[in-house]
Amino acid sequence: MTATTTTPTESAYAAGSFAPAPGAARLPAMIRAQAALETRMLLRNGEQLLLTVVIPALLLVLFSGVDIVDTGAGRSVDFLAPGVLALAVLSTAFTGQAIATGFERRYGVLKRLGASPLPRWALLTAKTCSVLVTELLQVALLTVIAFALGWSPHGNPLAVLVLLLLGTAAFSGLGLLMAGTLRAEATLAAANLVFLLLLVGGGVIVPMDKFPGGVRPVLELLPVSALSDGLRDVLQHGAAMPWGDLGILAVWAVAGLAAAGRFFRWE
Amino acid sequence: MRNEPAVEVAGLVKRYGTRTAVDGLDLAVPRGSVTAVLGPNGAGKTTTVEVCEGYRRPDGGSVRVLGLDPVTQGAALRPRIGVMLQAGGVYPGAYAEEMLRHTAALHAHPIDPALLIERLGLESCGRTTYRRLSGGQQQRLALAMAVVGRPELVFLDEPTAGLDPQARHATWDLVRELRADGATVVLTTHFMDEAEQLADQVVIIDGGRSIAHGTPEELCRGGAEGTLRFIGRPGLDLASLLKALPADSAAAELSPGSYRIEGKVDPQLLATVTSWCAQHGVLPDRLSVERRTLEDVFLELTGRELRR
Repeated sequence: MTATTTTPTESAYAAGSFAPAPGAARLPAMIRAQAALETRMLLRNGEQLLLTVVIPALLLVLFSGVDIVDTGAGRSVDFLAPGVLALAVLSTAFTGQAIATGFERRYGVLKRLGASPLPRWALLTAKTCSVLVTELLQVALLTVIAFALGWSPHGNPLAVLVLLLLGTAAFSGLGLLMAGTLRAEATLAAANLVFLLLLVGGGVIVPMDKFPGGVRPVLELLPVSALSDGLRDVLQHGAAMPWGDLGILAVWAVAGLAAAGRFFRWE
Repeated sequence: MRNEPAVEVAGLVKRYGTRTAVDGLDLAVPRGSVTAVLGPNGAGKTTTVEVCEGYRRPDGGSVRVLGLDPVTQGAALRPRIGVMLQAGGVYPGAYAEEMLRHTAALHAHPIDPALLIERLGLESCGRTTYRRLSGGQQQRLALAMAVVGRPELVFLDEPTAGLDPQARHATWDLVRELRADGATVVLTTHFMDEAEQLADQVVIIDGGRSIAHGTPEELCRGGAEGTLRFIGRPGLDLASLLKALPADSAAAELSPGSYRIEGKVDPQLLATVTSWCAQHGVLPDRLSVERRTLEDVFLELTGRELRR
């Protein structure tokens, strides 16, 4: 087509407004924009906030103040805080991410982004950044509440960081596997159910020694049990690196991410 | 490079399980043109477009889009195309303007989102979440997202389905401007008038094959040239009228006193009909000549196909 410089146009646009000038934005800019959008979507969603912020904070406050569950020797907040931190990671990396991604798949968001200049790996990187930002906010909030309740943590901050990151990787893999294979409604139901079951049976607020000896070895292999047990070893008992729990989390992370990579359906 | 077609599809086959959605389809889209892919539901329009967009891997045939293979060279292709899906594609909780600005941020030289919002009449929706937009507003947002990155080639899958007339015309104007500025547009539609109004080239597909293509004028020419209608006395002797007309004409009394003549409607035929009427003492009332429309062509082609 030739230039339309001599053609008067009634439109609000100057001629040439649509002249093709295609191209992708720079990768870091795309990932930053995508991560910011994903985070805003999460923070704007009431149900997600209930899950990621309100429930962990409430559990921490309630169970520290009221002696509902026997948390063993010592102050209950020292037992509960690590468990609630594990729950926070579970709620964001697994439950929240699974539900959000499941509905993004259902509403064609993933499909539409698949035709944009944003590569798929960059979309997943952005999702991970958004999960980490949310977790940072959760950890900050829960730490402040725990300190207010008289928490006195011990241990190596690096070990805590490694545990949280490996836990995030494990839960993300499982969450994306669920979101990418089930219908959105099924993901919604299943992710909430799993959240509830792990909340009770994963050593988050109920100590493992409350469960019968027969099921304990199985429960201890769950990712949330490994995460809460590892965090407790470090923060409550001052352990250096809880290698056993890290090993369990690593196996879940590798298996979950590999399965998600293999079975994830974008449409 | 510049002269090769924007889209070149040859012998495309796409199956879903045992169902063949596209069955040996050919399509060539010249650069800088608007091509309308017209067909009934289930004809294979969306599948064809989605193969070009890189969503589906063809089971047979060859596909080149801007000279690239959409499957193996998708990373190079995607920044150069704009895509409007038939539905969805937006976070339900995202504000309309937020989503458009985000799409713009994924491109190197985007159009100012504010201009597009004004142009498509979405000013009132800037702070409305996608799930609260009306169907027509959702469509227009999807259209804006398809063009905001200044693509060379735009795929619009039923861009005006469900739009009110005003929004339809805003969409048509935008498509015309895209072409005027040198972009190539491929749109699917089942509105004949949309194809007639917008398209440089119309491709009619049915049963997963391209059954006709050409400019709207070319398609409306050829075959039966048109229709002549008039009102007269009921029960005219059509056999006698037909004897006066060229051999390939047809005449029918649709309802008592309402007549239709089909054939090559030219001045000669008109004169023959009126003089025959004069000889038989009939005043042909409401005499009208109807050109063959794309709709006639379409029904003729697909109807024949459906009857087998």
